[in-house]
This record gives sequence, C-alpha cells and structure tokens, in this order.
Amino acid sequence: MAETHSLQDMRQQAAVAAKVFIQRDYSNGTMCQFQTKFPSELETKIDKQQFEETIRTLNNLYAEAEKLGSQSFIEGCLACLTAYTVFLCMETHYEKVLKKIAKYIQEQNDKIYAPRGLLLTDPIERGLRVIEITIYEDRSFSR
Amino acid sequence: MSAVMITRKVRKWEKLPGKNTFCCDGRVMMARQKGIFYLTLFLIIGTCSLFFAFECPYLAVHLSPAIPVFAVLLFLFVMAMLLRTSFSDPGVLPRALPEEANFIEMEIEAANGNVPSGQRAPPRIRNVQINNQIVKLKYCYTCKIFRPPRASHCSICDNCVDRFDHHCPWVGNCVGKRNYRYFYLFTLTLSLLTIYIFAFNIVHVVMRSVDQGFLNTLKETPGTYPLNMNTFLLVCFFTLWSMVGLTGFHTYLISLNQTTNEDIKGSWSGKNRGQNPYSHKNIIKNCCEVLCGPTYPSVTFFSLFLTSFSASFPQKTTAPLIPNEHTPDDIKPSIAAEKSSGPKDDQPPAAMQPPLASPETDAETSIAKNQ
Repeated sequence: MAETHSLQDMRQQAAVAAKVFIQRDYSNGTMCQFQTKFPSELETKIDKQQFEETIRTLNNLYAEAEKLGSQSFIEGCLACLTAYTVFLCMETHYEKVLKKIAKYIQEQNDKIYAPRGLLLTDPIERGLRVIEITIYEDRSFSR
Repeated sequence: MSAVMITRKVRKWEKLPGKNTFCCDGRVMMARQKGIFYLTLFLIIGTCSLFFAFECPYLAVHLSPAIPVFAVLLFLFVMAMLLRTSFSDPGVLPRALPEEANFIEMEIEAANGNVPSGQRAPPRIRNVQINNQIVKLKYCYTCKIFRPPRASHCSICDNCVDRFDHHCPWVGNCVGKRNYRYFYLFTLTLSLLTIYIFAFNIVHVVMRSVDQGFLNTLKETPGTYPLNMNTFLLVCFFTLWSMVGLTGFHTYLISLNQTTNEDIKGSWSGKNRGQNPYSHKNIIKNCCEVLCGPTYPSVTFFSLFLTSFSASFPQKTTAPLIPNEHTPDDIKPSIAAEKSSGPKDDQPPAAMQPPLASPETDAETSIAKNQ
C-alpha cells in the first residue's frame, strides 16, 4: 500500500504527468500569501477542502514569520546594537518558522499528497514565488 | 557511450544565472564590478587610520580617552554595516524553471487569445489589487516570471531583486529587501563618523593653535602632517555633504515607505501622490517596518544548499536555469520541436508547448502558432 512507498521511490519510479503552480496572492500587500483558489487539474485528485486547508495553514505560518510585532522589533533592535553579529549564533525568527513550514509540508506530503500521487514542493525552493504541485502518472502502486 | 564524469568539482553557484560573484562557500554574494567598493574601503580605512594615528594621541591626552574609544566603536560599526550590505543577498528572485516558465506562457497565451498575424502581441502585464490600488505586475523576459510588486530587474547583476532600491557601485551590490536596512545604517553611521572626525579635527587644530599659535600648528610636521591634514579635511568635507544628503534622502523614503526606484520613476508622486499602497500612512509604522521588520531569508542561499546537483549533467554555458531532478537534460529554445519527436517527462497532457519567448519573437510565436 501507499505507506510503504517513500517519496524517494515515487520520485525515481513515477513519471511526471503535469505540474500545477499556485501563485502568490498580493491583495494584502507584499506579504507572502498564496492563492487558495482550487486549480482544475487537481479536481480528480484531491478534496477541495483538504487543499484549501493546506494552503490556509501555510499562509498562516508565513504570516507568523513576517509578523511586525514586538518580537520582531526586539530582535531587530538587539541585532542592530550588536552590529548584527548576534545572527552568527542565533537563528532568526523567520528561519525558525521556515523549519516549521518545511516540517509541515513534509507531513502533508507523507499523509495526504503522496498517497494520491501528488507532491508539494516547499515554496522556498522556488524563491517563495509559487507552490509547485507535481502530479505523477496514475500507475497502480501495488506490487 | 555514457557521458564522461566531469572530474573538476563544480561549485553549485557557478551554475546560477546572473552576474554575481560568490565567496566563502556561497555565503558571500556580490556584483561583478568591485572596483568602486575597494575605493570605498580604502577611503574609510585610510581616513580613519590617519585620524587614529595623528589626532587621537593628542585628543586622548588633552581631552578624554573616551574620544578615540567611541571613534573605534563607530568605525567598527560602519565597517560591519558596509560588509553586511556588500556581502549579503539583496533579495534576488530565482529564475523560473522550464515547467513554471511554460505554465506562465500558456496562461498568457490563453489570456491573450488569438492575435491576428502581423500584429504585436499585447504587453505582458498582470493587474493585481493591493489595498484598493491597482498595481501592474510586469513580465521579466530574462527571468521568465511576472515580477512581484516592487521588484525590479537589475541589468548590472542580471537578476530580479525584490523591493529593488538601486544598484550601489560604492558597496558593490544591489540594495534590495534584504539589505536595505544595513545600507541605511551604513549611510547613517558613516555620516556620524565623518561629522565626528571632522569636528574633532577642528577641535584638534583649535587646541593646538591655542597652545602654539595657528601658523605653528600648520607648519608642524610629524611625518607629512600638513599633507595628511589637508587630504583628510578635504575627504571629510566632501564625504560629509554627500553622506548627510544621502542619509536625509533615504530617511525621507523610509518615512514614506518608498524605494529609490519608485521615487525616480515617480510611481507614487505627482498625480499619484498619497496613493502608495505599501505605506501605513504613519511615519513611525513605516520606519518600523523597514528598519525593524523581520529578517528575510536568502532564497538563493536555500537554492544553493537544497537543490540536488549532479556534476554529470552536460555543462551548458547558456543554461539559464538551476537544474534539479525535474529538469530535462536538453533545454533548448526549440523545445516544442524536440518534445514532439519523442516521449518526454514533463509535458502537460494535450497541450502545445510554445517556445520560450522573448520580446522580439513574441509576434513571430503567435504567427507560427496560427499557421
């Protein structure tokens, strides 16, 4: 069954049928948000609710990373006072959230997308411009 | 026979498009022309060395030892900000991989419909609404993407840069989203340092004149003192006015949340005044966003260390894109012709792949498709 197939196996064995690109949503400014519109190519592959849930969670995570709150302000001031050398030993808030995002995408791929022959690519690998969803050819995975 | 493995260890950033130079295992990223940057370094280090060598001993003894100490701290801060601005990724947007570029091409073709032969295709623009203001996103033919708002393509570095401010030859790099605050702090602290040195220079001359008389002070030559003094004062004077002016200008831009690029183009001035959709309409909030906002990650850095790279891929001097496991080996402009000849991986079902376009061939592409 699908659980026995790792993402590596799938990438190496399956042929890519198509790729869908979820574009950025700029309606609230230049903050990193992605459109939640459900692409037609995925209609037969995945539930609309699940897809929107994934994108919405990602949007929330990015909003958390870019939030202009007291934490980012304090981090900015502290870093400035130390001539930004503090970042040699400390991770920035954004980087911490990026790790969370990478983990979330991995989790989503393992649980939801891989069993349906789909693969989400972390947007950071595409310059935070698009979420690339690879649709693999529909072969039977049972051996 | 199988391809010969390239024995030389190809570093990942050599395959990146754009005209940047990298050092320190990809952590340092600069423009190619660095001559003026070295001049900047020479001027700052040279002037400060003269100050520390000739003025500070006298001032430390006759006034206070805190003066040289503070000067050293300020100098170190200036150098840190300069190096941070010069060496960091300004916010370069990676170019679109072939599949993404084709996807965008298809969307554009679908949106434009059939352009009659002989007519130019309409310009590639996408309209988005940001805070009730329509902003036009332009298509970049080099990077094959629709540029995000406030991004611009730097012709010197041959990259699209997010929140592009300007390309600064004095720091040898573009100034963009990621390094704007370091650039601003550099201009601010350099102005302060120049004012500080200039002021204490004057204080030094005055104090010595009080002790020994003005003419004797000028004649006194520890080493080539008058020569140093004059060069020193001259450099300080010109630096002071240009740096203070530049700092003032950028303070104005920050308070309005505008970039130099937008100011030059007049995007939010004149008849568009007061319509800047990125401004919070509050000077403090604008300053906080630009100077104390989150520190954005370098996507170039991530692409250098995350993308898998195989040295056995054929080396293409004109390869514009970062290869990864999804990229077909042969990427040529006549991609449509090639793909129609045999089974290939990345082809959307039942869709014609137009050749990757450039402004000159836009009209020709439409003509070819119609025929």
